[in-house]
Amino acid sequence: MAIRLEPRGEVSQGMIYGSPLVAVAATLVSGLVLFAILGVSPLDALFTFFISPVSSLDGWTELFVKATPLVLIAVGLSFGFQANVWNIGAEGQLTIGALAGGGLALLFFEAESVLLLPAMMIAGILGGMAWAAIPAFLKTKYNTNEILTSLMLVYVGLLVLSWLIHGPWKSPDGMNFPESRLFHDQATLPVFVSETRLHIGWLIALAVVLTSWIVMARHIIGFQVKVIGMAPMAARFAGFNENKVIWIALMISGGLAGFAGMIEVSGPIGKIQPMISPGYGFTAIIVAFLGRLHPVGVLFAGMLMALTYLGGDAAQIELNLPNAVTGVFQGMLLFYLLASDVLVKYQIRLGPSAPIVFKAGPSK
Amino acid sequence: MNKSSLIGIGLAVVLIIALLSSVGQGPSEKAKDDGKLSVGFVYVGPIGDHGWTYEHNEGRLAIEKALGEKVKTTYVEKVPYGPDSERVIGKLASSGTDLIFTTSFGYMDPTIKVAKKYPNVKFEHATGYKRSDNTATYSGRFYEGRHVAGLIAGKMTKTNTIGYVASFPIPEVIRGINATILAARSVNPDVKIKVIWVSSWFDPGKEADAAKALIDQGADVLFQHTDSPAPVQVAEKRGIWALGQASDMRQFGPKAHLTAIIDDWAPYYVARTKAVMNKTWTSGDTWGGFKSGMVRMAPYNKAIPADVVALAEKARKGIIDGSVHAFQGPIKDQAGKVVVKAGERASDKMLLGMNFYVEGVDGSIPK
Repeated sequence: MAIRLEPRGEVSQGMIYGSPLVAVAATLVSGLVLFAILGVSPLDALFTFFISPVSSLDGWTELFVKATPLVLIAVGLSFGFQANVWNIGAEGQLTIGALAGGGLALLFFEAESVLLLPAMMIAGILGGMAWAAIPAFLKTKYNTNEILTSLMLVYVGLLVLSWLIHGPWKSPDGMNFPESRLFHDQATLPVFVSETRLHIGWLIALAVVLTSWIVMARHIIGFQVKVIGMAPMAARFAGFNENKVIWIALMISGGLAGFAGMIEVSGPIGKIQPMISPGYGFTAIIVAFLGRLHPVGVLFAGMLMALTYLGGDAAQIELNLPNAVTGVFQGMLLFYLLASDVLVKYQIRLGPSAPIVFKAGPSK
Repeated sequence: MNKSSLIGIGLAVVLIIALLSSVGQGPSEKAKDDGKLSVGFVYVGPIGDHGWTYEHNEGRLAIEKALGEKVKTTYVEKVPYGPDSERVIGKLASSGTDLIFTTSFGYMDPTIKVAKKYPNVKFEHATGYKRSDNTATYSGRFYEGRHVAGLIAGKMTKTNTIGYVASFPIPEVIRGINATILAARSVNPDVKIKVIWVSSWFDPGKEADAAKALIDQGADVLFQHTDSPAPVQVAEKRGIWALGQASDMRQFGPKAHLTAIIDDWAPYYVARTKAVMNKTWTSGDTWGGFKSGMVRMAPYNKAIPADVVALAEKARKGIIDGSVHAFQGPIKDQAGKVVVKAGERASDKMLLGMNFYVEGVDGSIPK
């Protein structure tokens, strides 16, 4: 007897938004089993992993610090993903944005101007956009696959970073270690909860979430993006300019990724170093899908993903669990999300395929 | 307003309530009531790297063994440089840890920042140069081990080419390269060193690629200043010699492994933990070598001729009693300029800031 997946005729709207919650629940249950196998009390472990990191103001601020780049990038990516523009290279755009913004901080190292920080932000956005412009140009002009070009440019971006910090931007008093000088206060994002590391980047991320929510729901661009994603033929028929949407999607996702990079170097890092991001550009892809490509969903997904990192720290410190537990949790989350998505859209059938039933009436 | 936006608003409200309620409770860090001294470690690699982090973890276990019920140790592994390290160090400090060892150069600024916030916690940062009232620094004189290893390599090489898999061009690593070539040339003036930089402390794939490239360029003795045993494994496969880094890597290349320069943190870690217990801990800088036992040599390979072993042992004992120094003048740089005069030794200051190659190293330091 064969097991087959058949598309469900009617996909429940509620379940599309419900499946991330199902995935989280399934992850928690599997977590219980995992912790039991590792020999720690499962409930204690879940508490340590998911509750203790955010049981203090300090914990919440750390969560927001970690979530800021993830949310910023994922909001941008969801924009493109909805239009079937697959920007996989956010990590590279983040790197170039960090270099553009941070480079300004090094160039005007002694500057005492309040304009420095806004200028760095603009430079960061432009840097990310410039890096995303390459796949956009190749896609619209030569129909090159943007998945490949954007991904390959990640490695080019990292090499540019490596060259700059091993060479011209290396700190003069850093004992030859490949990193730049620490930025001055004027080039550092202000912290808005004193005694913590929570910088204004988080507020900007919230503003970006709100703005893109409005754009997607109300603006003609949001409508075009959705139509091109769901029905490219119809969009072409309606006279939408597909190239324009490709450019807009890549500029928004590239710009936001570059902005996230600038925020990281100017916020919690405070300098340019060999590793600016521990893979935020790639993790944000998971965040975007976990958040259903919806800005508000992305906000919560980003916080959840950030929580798994914080929980991993806590699990190591308090329960002596290995670092790999973090990766296992993130993997389970994605796995269950994909699995529940499949089950929302398809049903499992045993036995030979059912006869095709022709229904009368307008097709879906 | 559509359904999804309602869901969004609902979740936002729940989040805000959760935030406010948790703030009301204030920090809920577990109070320390067990009377044990808590010691925390931050590692750059996985504890199973069989190199740098592995040895630091051995040091942690030594604390538990020596002080038993009086201490509690904990660690966080694979902590990336940057914001994550500051969060992890801060988390250790805020959860009642009394003494925190941050065991990689890149944790320097984050350690100093967190130390400022927690004046009652003691911090120990490995291989850095920034200190504060509650932040001490420590490192090993690994170059002493490189001297002994360099003597052996100089005697064992047939192609007169030593390959060196290096991480970052910081003084620590350049010092090791220089110590190696100076020792090797003292017994075999024709020896050259070729260096490949992999820009990572732990990347088995890159380390293995670098090792293969060096062998293809004629190297028949392989040194490494990276933390995985990959270069030793490559050497074993290709039938050449290798020297282990940080820990005894014999098991990864029983035939190839000549010896290894072992970082032994255990005596220092136990002593510093006791100092915190006895309230005698003070900040400062410790740079220990053979004499203090922070650097040791792994057992010598049986294939090394007895006279070479004798030579190596004589140098090791000489370093301990002070009659031998790895940087004994005259030393010339690559351009042939004398940097340490005959009869003199390089000062610690010169060693700590070393940013030039001595004669005999191929290529130039990445700028």
